[in-house]
Amino acid sequence: MPDIHSRRPSPEEVRSRTREILAAHAHLEGPLLPILHAMQESFGFVPQDCVQPIAEGLNIGRAEVHGVITFYHDFREAPAGRHVVKICRAEACQAQGGNALADDTLARLGLEWHGTTANGAVTIEPVYCLGLCACGPAAMVDGKVMGRVDAARMDAILAEAGA
Amino acid sequence: MKVWLPRDAAARALGADDVAGTLLTQARARGIDLTLIRNGSRGMIWLEPLLEIETPEGRIGFGPVTPADVAAILDTPEAHPKALGLVEALPWMARQTRLTFARCGVIDPLSLADYEAHGGLSGLRRALEMDAAGIVAEVTESGLRGRGGAGFPTGIKWDTVRKAQADRKYIVCNADEGDSGTFADRMIMEGDPFTLIEGMIIAGLGVGATKGFVYLRSEYPDAIEVMNAAVTIARDAGLLGASVLGTGPAFDMEIRVGAGAYVCGEETSLLNSLEGKRGVVRAKPPLPALQGFMGQPTVVNNVISLATVPVIFEKGAGFYRDFGLGRSRGTIPLQIAGNVQKGGLFETAFGLTLGEIVDDIAGGTRTGRPVKAVQVGGPLGAYFPRSKLDTPFGYEEFDGQGGLIGHAGVVVFDESADMLGMARFAFEFCAVESCGKCTPCRIGAVRGVETVDRIARGDADAIPLLTDLCETMKDGSLCALGGFTPYPVMSALTHFPDDFATTRKAAE
Ligand SMILES: Cc1cc2nc3c(=O)[nH]c(=O)nc-3n(C[C@H](O)[C@H](O)[C@H](O)COP(=O)(O)O)c2cc1C
Ligand code: SF4
Ligand code: FES
Ligand code: FES
Repeated sequence: MPDIHSRRPSPEEVRSRTREILAAHAHLEGPLLPILHAMQESFGFVPQDCVQPIAEGLNIGRAEVHGVITFYHDFREAPAGRHVVKICRAEACQAQGGNALADDTLARLGLEWHGTTANGAVTIEPVYCLGLCACGPAAMVDGKVMGRVDAARMDAILAEAGA
Repeated sequence: MKVWLPRDAAARALGADDVAGTLLTQARARGIDLTLIRNGSRGMIWLEPLLEIETPEGRIGFGPVTPADVAAILDTPEAHPKALGLVEALPWMARQTRLTFARCGVIDPLSLADYEAHGGLSGLRRALEMDAAGIVAEVTESGLRGRGGAGFPTGIKWDTVRKAQADRKYIVCNADEGDSGTFADRMIMEGDPFTLIEGMIIAGLGVGATKGFVYLRSEYPDAIEVMNAAVTIARDAGLLGASVLGTGPAFDMEIRVGAGAYVCGEETSLLNSLEGKRGVVRAKPPLPALQGFMGQPTVVNNVISLATVPVIFEKGAGFYRDFGLGRSRGTIPLQIAGNVQKGGLFETAFGLTLGEIVDDIAGGTRTGRPVKAVQVGGPLGAYFPRSKLDTPFGYEEFDGQGGLIGHAGVVVFDESADMLGMARFAFEFCAVESCGKCTPCRIGAVRGVETVDRIARGDADAIPLLTDLCETMKDGSLCALGGFTPYPVMSALTHFPDDFATTRKAAE
């Protein structure tokens, strides 16, 4: 689905998809997080245009929906790069050279955390533990886990992603 | 030929899928009829991907295997340089007491038949013959305490929910496992998911709940996949649904995915998140046991607490209780991580000293340099210097040393660690993850980063400010995120004063 993630959907597209997603989750107790995950799954981010219909569908305020979207690190309000590389910043990875890996990667791409390369290929994000603490430094590339990531491995990842 | 290769996330992160692909093609090329089972991990992460081959004597292991090793292993297994011999006889395995993790890495995680053949469901069958009070009494009798961090007696929590009057009650499994250095929840969910399901059903029987949720962090895509598949299989087999195993009451469950917030591991924040709200911590009382999910009585337990329930019922409370030290009964799955020779999961009775764990079991640091500090219990746990490595692994014993065992993650640092940097990180993490409800946590964490930076610039006056700030956070925070961040900070400052002084001396 890389094409759908690389452009912004039209308001009509968002509204119709939101209706489908609301219907699919109507039976759940506490459906808002599953709904937002499904929105992000569809569009690569949670579009502003879905807030109103979700609020109406769940009978809650728009501000509440917006508050939930902004509370969680996972939900993006704008599309990311075509590939997302998450680098673990937590303690066990730091003990295995994680800081150097992260610093070098950011410096090499000229990015801060959450930044996207100018060609739109790669977004670099921090993550706090992937449960790979015995084989760090750990990273996740488009949802795929990687262990013992050294500089050479990161080079290969970035090259493949077109950074 | 029957072989096993883990589908555990750590094994996959180290290339297990490529090895699996090569195994299949190389076997086909040799006309070998290969049965490949993607098992859980045995927990020897330094040997992953660990390939096991069935022999008449037992399963022999090879590791860490790369695709290039596969052909030679298939041709002349015993002669291969990565041959390890019988897996169960490896010292790491033989020294453990595997109760909760008995099946992890052994069985096909998604085969209910394999699960039953290895003792699965016998605990549940026993529980189905007991009344609710008897089930809860068995858990209380076992001495099981919450493995999520606080160490609260599980039976007492269950009894509160059992006695509460309500039309609906819930079992919520806390699978948010956000602590750095921990992966036991992930491993059991990927390697033996039916154990967790069985534990949740027994909890439901004990307290009168008919619905369960697993709140599983989004950072664990593999665990999410396995748990969802396991729930579907359990439902199709009649283990979950209108009547548990056709004779019991109703119990069903759902897997819910978190959204990247550490604080949502705190039980009340988790409940808000499950309800579709911001993951802000709730004041207690009311206890979740009385007013939890949707305001109804709710058991919130960690994955390992719940996944340990089946073996307690299978072998009896007394059997479980006989392991351990002091008021820490049974076994604890240690997760050994960071800069170590041998990292992974090691389940053992409480009572080993931290030094035995770090020097003996883990074999010291991977870099070969001396151990400088060990952080136990995740990002809110204290840093232990070498001089405190004689502390025995137990709830009270760690508390007595100003630490906590938390979810039993042990993270080892060698002498290159910069403890001022680690203190700064503790504040930074707290600032990023604070739910925002209390000022001492929300603002204090940001001030903490600034204060550590002042110390780093050589400003000695900032040290008492740091101490005061930690006191304020300890006293004025609603939950342990703000309240315990002072532990890693103050332990770093107290035990490694040189790391806080060098720059100042240099500046003078
Ligand atoms: C900031 C914070 C994060 C927590 N994270 C987790 C977690 O990831 N997993 C967990 O089981 N408990 C976590 N806890 C502890 C839970 O609040 C709660 O005590 C636990 O889920 C109860 O289950 P147990 O009795 O089986 O341990 C956390 C607590 C705090 C304050
Ligand atoms: S201590 Fe921090 S995380 Fe905990 S309730 Fe207060 S603001 Fe929220
Ligand atoms: S600390 Fe990096 S994966 Fe756990
Ligand atoms: S809500 Fe303001 S300090 Fe807790």
